[in-house]
Amino acid sequence: MRIHVDAEKCQGHNRCYALAPELFDVDDYGQAVVIGDGNVPPELVERARLAVANCPEFAITLSD
Amino acid sequence: MTGYDAPKSIYGPVSDWTTDFDHGDPEYNRHAHAIWAELRDKCPVAHSDRYGGTWLPVTHEHVREIAYDTENFTSRAVVVSTEVPLDPAPIGGAPPITSDPPFHHEARRIVLPPFSPKKIAEWEPEIRRMCNELLDTMEAEAKNGLTIDAAIQYAQHIPVNVIARMLGFPLEDQDLFREFVHDILENINLDPQDRIAAFERIDAYLKAQIDDHIANPRDDLTGYLLDVELFGEKIPHELVGGFILLLLVAGIDTTWSAIGSSLWHLATHADDRRRLVNDPSLMNTAIEEFLRAYAPVTMARLVAKDHDFHGCPMKKDEWVLLPFPAANLDPAEFPDADKVLIDRAENRHAAFGLGIHRCLGSNLARLELRVAVEEFIKRFPDFELAHGEEGVVWSVGQIRGPRQLPVRVA
Repeated sequence: MRIHVDAEKCQGHNRCYALAPELFDVDDYGQAVVIGDGNVPPELVERARLAVANCPEFAITLSD
Repeated sequence: MTGYDAPKSIYGPVSDWTTDFDHGDPEYNRHAHAIWAELRDKCPVAHSDRYGGTWLPVTHEHVREIAYDTENFTSRAVVVSTEVPLDPAPIGGAPPITSDPPFHHEARRIVLPPFSPKKIAEWEPEIRRMCNELLDTMEAEAKNGLTIDAAIQYAQHIPVNVIARMLGFPLEDQDLFREFVHDILENINLDPQDRIAAFERIDAYLKAQIDDHIANPRDDLTGYLLDVELFGEKIPHELVGGFILLLLVAGIDTTWSAIGSSLWHLATHADDRRRLVNDPSLMNTAIEEFLRAYAPVTMARLVAKDHDFHGCPMKKDEWVLLPFPAANLDPAEFPDADKVLIDRAENRHAAFGLGIHRCLGSNLARLELRVAVEEFIKRFPDFELAHGEEGVVWSVGQIRGPRQLPVRVA
């Protein structure tokens, strides 16, 4: 599965970074960026789902 | 210990919240959850003639739509009061919270880096130390049989101390900063001239601090704002004062309210308190749930131009309250919205706002709130309200939280 952050929607709440630091980093402006190519290893899928479900701006998507 | 005297509304007490609501009525914050639930069923965008006309949307969908709409709504004034500030869009009096695009984006980029998660994380040991210092005093008083107050002796001190240090302002002026916050956010029913005078007093204080930083440059947030460039030029000192006004005011009673409301919940819900004490791994979800259920901040906008909002004829220069806490309690967005579930794993709450004005200090607020709750329950695993709900006094205005929270500790 792949994780994606919509940079236009992200407002820097940093929930994804708090919940799944293996998958997300944040820059100096608090903007979330996906680490690496966005492929989510099976053991991190649950955390990726939590990041999606906790983003106040609906900025994160998880796709096959 | 000083008591808290809640300001009253010049419009008198509210009799019907659906047609005549008033966030300046001391009953509003005490009963906010019930009021929002009633409005959600009956309106759901309420209107009141008070303050020259004020709208109050209460669903997540409507609050979100307005927060994202910077065309029909301006942020140039964000405190609904008897006085509409004259500061024009797109800058406003306290950028970037009072700013609109396109100025907003550049102004915000200046102040984001000092509040990034990694910069803010450095403050954790200092915040923990400060909490314990306050708790030492409270514990000693409790042992002597005195009633302690979790708002007055604890919650209100933590954010004001941190922001004073960040700005490089005298720590002995902390009482003054709380007065400023009270004047701006709670004394919303003053005669407009008195309200202007209160702002002038704050401006004069900030100017003196800025002058002191120019005379004695130092490495703090004020020094940073005096050095940094906006649109390729140093920021005029008056505008630096505007930025500082936001940083000083926005971070104080907001976080103080969040800490107080969380402790109020734990004082009144023994099961949750025991569960959290026994299982600290629940702390992160508990903190997010307290932020959802007791979000302290209602923002506001001015209607920028006449338009129809879902059947509501909104007129230019009318106020719109943006109750993010009401959005957080909307059952259409949150299952069991009216229940506080400290292990709620999926929590898309909007406590820090939505859209381009997301709270700049959210990382700091979260850190202060988490550490404050952790240290409090570590020190006092067993506590309850000392005088029941009657002893609790809630704030007045757009920032909701307990201003007096007397507790009895075991």
